Amino acid sequence: MNPVTAASRRDGPGARVELSGWGWRHAGRAEYALRGVDLVIEPGERVLLLGASGAGKSTLLHALAGLTGPDGALTGEQEGTLLVDGRPADRSRGTAGLVAQDPESQLVMARAGDDVAFGPENLGVPREEIWARVDEALARVGFPYGRDHPTAALSGGEKQRLVIAGVLAMRPRLLLLDEPTANLDPAGARLVRDVLARLLAETRATLVLVEHRVAEVVDLVDRVVVVEPGGGVVADGAPRAVFAEHGRALAARGVWVPGLDPAPRTGRAPGGPVLVEAVGCSLRTPPSPGRGRPRTVLRDVDAAVAAGTATALTGANGAGKSTLLTALAGLAKPAAGRVLPRGPLADADPRPLARWPARRLARHVGTVFQHAEDQFVTATVRDELRFAPLRAGAGEAEADARADELLDRLRLAHLADKHPYTLSGGEKRRLSVATALSSGPAHAPDVLVLDEPTFGQDTRTWLELVELLDGLRARGRAIVLATHDTLLLEHLADVELRVADGGVAEAARTGTEGLR
Amino acid sequence: MSFASLSGTAHGRPRGARSWLLGVNPAAKLVAALVLSLGLLPAVDPVTGGVVLAVTAAVVPFSGVDRTTLLVLGGVFLLMGASTGIVNLLYGEEGAWGAFGAAVRLLAIALPGLLAAASSDPTDLADALVQRLGVPERPAMGVLAALRLAPLLADQWRTVTLARRARGLEAGRNPAAALPIFFGKVFALLVRAIRTGTLLATAMDARAFGTGPRSHARTSRWRTADTLLVVAAPLLLGAAYALSAQLGTLRLLFG
Repeated sequence: MNPVTAASRRDGPGARVELSGWGWRHAGRAEYALRGVDLVIEPGERVLLLGASGAGKSTLLHALAGLTGPDGALTGEQEGTLLVDGRPADRSRGTAGLVAQDPESQLVMARAGDDVAFGPENLGVPREEIWARVDEALARVGFPYGRDHPTAALSGGEKQRLVIAGVLAMRPRLLLLDEPTANLDPAGARLVRDVLARLLAETRATLVLVEHRVAEVVDLVDRVVVVEPGGGVVADGAPRAVFAEHGRALAARGVWVPGLDPAPRTGRAPGGPVLVEAVGCSLRTPPSPGRGRPRTVLRDVDAAVAAGTATALTGANGAGKSTLLTALAGLAKPAAGRVLPRGPLADADPRPLARWPARRLARHVGTVFQHAEDQFVTATVRDELRFAPLRAGAGEAEADARADELLDRLRLAHLADKHPYTLSGGEKRRLSVATALSSGPAHAPDVLVLDEPTFGQDTRTWLELVELLDGLRARGRAIVLATHDTLLLEHLADVELRVADGGVAEAARTGTEGLR
Repeated sequence: MSFASLSGTAHGRPRGARSWLLGVNPAAKLVAALVLSLGLLPAVDPVTGGVVLAVTAAVVPFSGVDRTTLLVLGGVFLLMGASTGIVNLLYGEEGAWGAFGAAVRLLAIALPGLLAAASSDPTDLADALVQRLGVPERPAMGVLAALRLAPLLADQWRTVTLARRARGLEAGRNPAAALPIFFGKVFALLVRAIRTGTLLATAMDARAFGTGPRSHARTSRWRTADTLLVVAAPLLLGAAYALSAQLGTLRLLFG
């Protein structure tokens, strides 16, 4: 008997999930995240949970994982009943295992084996059995290193595999996956999807999966359940039937439905002179405790960014995309070589971008960070947009006028007095783009640099973003993006610079012209 | 925090003279360091501290701490001693001998703890705290998990710094501008840290942490050498005091 089948036998039968009239309201909120949910999931079923962003999908998963209750991680008010195998969900005995989005914040221990052992330890499993379970779980996810391998040295995809191993070692009968590939690059996501596919073929556990990018997981499930923000189940059935009947409505609400990708209206790139040029740049990873010394990721690299052009940086995580992006944005100084302004940009200041004073840099080169929150510096949405004009010497009235214009353009007017940190993911993304636009003259800097701008966004924000960037490009701005998003590349990128093996090469982008 | 984990040395309790200290149970090292440090608090003369400092320094070559870590720590360490000495020399009332005593005392109090931390793997330390010293599981595991977030925080601090520059915020040479920017960054980092910490706590809860009695995947072993170290610490302390008294150099705080 091979070890895989032996393992699956030990998983035991799947759990049965039963919700009736279930609702959840987060502490301090007036509205319910979900309400009146009636749902039965039979043992061994594989369910994909769908809904617009903010529809409470993660909340439901957390509740199924037993994280609610007096000392749970989730505090709030519950109504109705939620039963796993006929009992209220609780955390004990490891009935449910949860895999969340970000592997970084799920690993507890410094060494791989210890991390997998953490769950069984909490369940009080005897020592000899713990290590047998650890080895088995590591084998099941195809973990390529030994028990002692430091978790800090793993790639994102490897980390997420380890997280899955940690859950498997607890022998759960209900597997809960909350966008397990959302934070990974395409290679990492493939790694994790392969493991999941293999796992689901051999386990009898019940599965509830939340995933934004439906097309990639639809083959793994046999049932799709759609929930509505503040409401209950609005559609339930086989994937094909649900998408045929509700596909368009779901897509309109921002869900990525297979075959219904958003179609942005983009124009031709006008092109223009080179504005920023990297000459003979060697770039190092920033020093970081626990990951050894800074490593040179790119050696003697040349790259150019032109006006009226969308330049995309692609490549696996860790290849140096973000490092190159921060250098091109003038935020960090390369270890060797220079990033120089060219053409009209050199008129502002001919020195390397890294030596520009911050205020001048912000006026000409705007940057949008992957985590929008990192770049917020004031306490209200309106102040975020007034900040740059005021610092550039504009009067109150002018700053207000410019803030209002951007608020309207990016559909943020109704949020003007809110604290930036309290916005939803899509709103934060729009605000972060707006702040970068607010610093330049004529409502946009000459160069706009964006790090994974479409990451984790629903189709509505995605579409707005692409059309906004297209409009900026049409007005002669240089757009630089680091991205894994193939749809974004297809619709927007004019030049693709592939970052790999310590160098940068221009990839052929045939077909984009033909599409337009 | 430990530096051994950063250089990836401690696990597996390597043997051999050069890394002898790595193999000692972290709980034993902690107890010995505490005994020495607390025991030296009353003595302000250079001889008592000097004896402990000399013996502890003699252990350094057998600590298994790698050269880079030693250089960095050693540099900070000597700077600490030198600055204490200079300040006491300039502003103290005890003259050069008193200043020398203050510097030696500080270093002698600091070195044992530093060595114990630098030569202990955090995981081994947490195991030892829980299994040998009876520290409750929740704080021990919590601190261990938080340690894993330290490199993440360093990355986030860098990003937040870059993001301020991108927004046109940079102090340059203006100290009046530096302070509000610094506090803005601290706030942004705090928000991120709390968010990451909450996610990690949720992940730990989801893995049944705190639902009942835990078992232990690893045993924190206690060997004869560990007992010897714990016994040696008060003996060394006693010897240092005795020698200083014999030489007539012993001076006590408030003495």
